[in-house]
Amino acid sequence: MAAQEVQPNETLASLKTESETLKTKLEEERAKLHDVELHQVAEKVEALGQFVMKTRRTLKGHGNKVLCMDWCKDKRRIVSSSQDGKVIVWDAFTTNKEHAVTMPCTWVMACAYAPSGCAVACGGLDNKCSVYPLSLDKNENLAAKKKSVAMHTNYLSACSFTNSDMQILTSSGDGTCALWDVESGQLLQSFHGHAADVLCLDLAPSETGNTFVSGGCDKKANVWDMRSGQCVQSFETHESDINSVRYYPSGDAFASGSDDATCRLYDLRADREVAIYSKESIIFGASSVDFSLSGRLLFGGYNDYTINVWDVLKGTRVSILFGHENRVSTLRVSPDGTAFCSGSWDHTLRIWA
Amino acid sequence: MAQATQDQGVMGTSDQDEDSPNMIVYRKIEDIITRIQDETEGVPIRTVKSFLTKIPSVVTGSDIVQWLMKNLSIDDPAEAIHIGSLIAAHGYIFPISDHALTLKDDGTFYRFQAPYFWPSNCWEPENTDYAIYLCKRTMQNKTRLELADYEAENLARLQRAFARKWEFIFMQAEAQVKIDRKKDKTERKILDSQERAFWDVHRPVPGCVNTTEMDIRKCRRMKNPQRVKKSVYGLADDTQSQSPVHTASQHTRKDTKEDVEKEILFLNTQLDRHCMKMSKVAESLMGYTEQYLDYDPFLSVPEPSNPWISDDCTFWELEVSKEPSQQRVRKWGFSLDEALKDPVGRDLFLKFLESEFSSENLRFWLAVQDLKRRPLQEVPARAQEIWQEFLAEGAPSSINLDSHSYERTSQNLKDPGRYSFEDAQDHIYKLMKSDSYTRFLRSNAYQDLLLARKKPETEQGRRTSLEKFTRSVGKSLTGKRLTGLMQSS
Repeated sequence: MAAQEVQPNETLASLKTESETLKTKLEEERAKLHDVELHQVAEKVEALGQFVMKTRRTLKGHGNKVLCMDWCKDKRRIVSSSQDGKVIVWDAFTTNKEHAVTMPCTWVMACAYAPSGCAVACGGLDNKCSVYPLSLDKNENLAAKKKSVAMHTNYLSACSFTNSDMQILTSSGDGTCALWDVESGQLLQSFHGHAADVLCLDLAPSETGNTFVSGGCDKKANVWDMRSGQCVQSFETHESDINSVRYYPSGDAFASGSDDATCRLYDLRADREVAIYSKESIIFGASSVDFSLSGRLLFGGYNDYTINVWDVLKGTRVSILFGHENRVSTLRVSPDGTAFCSGSWDHTLRIWA
Repeated sequence: MAQATQDQGVMGTSDQDEDSPNMIVYRKIEDIITRIQDETEGVPIRTVKSFLTKIPSVVTGSDIVQWLMKNLSIDDPAEAIHIGSLIAAHGYIFPISDHALTLKDDGTFYRFQAPYFWPSNCWEPENTDYAIYLCKRTMQNKTRLELADYEAENLARLQRAFARKWEFIFMQAEAQVKIDRKKDKTERKILDSQERAFWDVHRPVPGCVNTTEMDIRKCRRMKNPQRVKKSVYGLADDTQSQSPVHTASQHTRKDTKEDVEKEILFLNTQLDRHCMKMSKVAESLMGYTEQYLDYDPFLSVPEPSNPWISDDCTFWELEVSKEPSQQRVRKWGFSLDEALKDPVGRDLFLKFLESEFSSENLRFWLAVQDLKRRPLQEVPARAQEIWQEFLAEGAPSSINLDSHSYERTSQNLKDPGRYSFEDAQDHIYKLMKSDSYTRFLRSNAYQDLLLARKKPETEQGRRTSLEKFTRSVGKSLTGKRLTGLMQSS
């Protein structure tokens, strides 16, 4: 079916009706392929055993809420950012702080480690994303070498290097995502489509892919083609802000965490939501999600200070982790899957294994 | 107190954005609170006789915990205590004899907060209100109203801060005391405790979580971001100040005609999409998870140990060693992507292709990957280099492209960019995947690595095939001494 020609004299109202009709039709078409539920098929999968997951390291040093963290490819270093403007690089294994930068703004909501391990990017209320090369010289003032890369018209909510130190992908409270060339600061591509703040993003894990997913306050999760800037798939089943999105390791699906207190799994090939992870006793929003290496476990950090561990296939919760004394704001599994790190409004980060 | 009656419902709902994340949680808690106070389905709320007094309108902590477990399908009491404590921390229930808002699973008495004081009313009480409150507490000679240490400190600080208008504050406090005196004794006990619990939320005990702190990203969405602050004690807003909210420049955009047109185009594209059945999707997800189970440290214990648990880095040291483990080699066989992702796997694949004199495909693919990772400035020059090396007439590492891709790429090179070789790269990838990769997996080089280390702990190292041969010959010639044969090999 070719894209329908829109007549110039069509009113907004009639267009909206057309759009609604198409939406209903699309839902019907998708529903036809929904012959079974994931958890039903997964009944034949062996159940997971009891888990003993504990805090193995506690990183203390931030003076205020930890808002974001990211792992270095070396599997042991991390970068974290906080409400008080501090960005700290840690060797999480020894818990030593290796670098610290003070940003000129408060609420540094986004930070990311460069693939080379030689730089970090961060930003927040300053509406920018800046890159700091990490010096081996402890005495060197990192702030002096700072490079301003991205410029948005509202707060920076998330940032991520692509497969190289040379490009950064950002999302912002201004409702857009953008791809930037680090060296020149030039905007390579912008992504428009969200109707409100974009809160999170994640790059597809493929070596050959050029896509990423974003989630926003418009309750939508959008999949984008980095090359064309087009939104290629969109999912709207959450009932509130989507705080976190993360790809399933195969790249065929992604999970989301929302203020509606649920996490959900969306499959790109089925083009629909395929699982909901929720419980009557979980009433606070999920702030951050990530998968274990095989994709069997989904870790969710919540605003009720806990971390819930979900069996992705069966849809059940396998563990609840207590420890943080305030909201869990950020959570990432390490690059080799041996641990995951959670950051919290209680000023600390914890490594769990 | 300024509130009209105990039963006054939620104040000023027009102020609030019902969809905002905070409100969603508050409404859920309020639903629980309503249910837990229900006459038939809830916990028993009693007046307890104690010494010479009566304690009105209380429930025990363990009653609350039991109710939560039963009605929210919670198996573990720890979980019920946790969520109960959060409900307390947000100010919906409170211990009658403690400033710290937590729930205990014992006979401790708790009371329910008055709806007037609920957080969903978006209170942001000023320090003037707090000063009035502390001041009036000191005016009443009741042991139960005595200030705690931190409250006395707060009061002293406020007296310094509001030195100039302390007379005003004092008068307001007196007025409040007068109003309170008119109330029935039992009612006052209850109201006093509820008022105290309100301040425990907004001016928490040092060390306790301040649950009124907001995520700044979500602040803007309140319908009245520069909210006029209501006074708890009905003061005129002479101390009006603005919430420290980030400048609200954008609310949810209204759809323009263009937006809807775009949406229609998008929906039509989606309708054309060929989608997979759910049963197939499920099998695929399960298959992937099954395949990678052994590689997931949360599900299969890493060898020799998980560094984070044992404090031993051997696991990581093995990863960077020259010899890849059998498990790692096996992974390269899962997909071409896996082989290419691992530098050691990639090198082995490249060597294999070199042995077949077809390495130009992989080298081209790698060059294009590298191109996409370069700074923008370097892209045009590098793109030309790639063209010269792999695609131009008489190129030294000429790759085989179909004419369509070749034409497209040639066109792209007129204005070279990071994606100039996308079509070509895609074509070459598919070629490698269907052809060279499968042969690679069957190759000796790969198979040797895959099968060589059956017992990593006992193997000394790979034996050459010649060594293996002489050993097997030796074994089969039992009892016969054919030294001549041995020596010649």
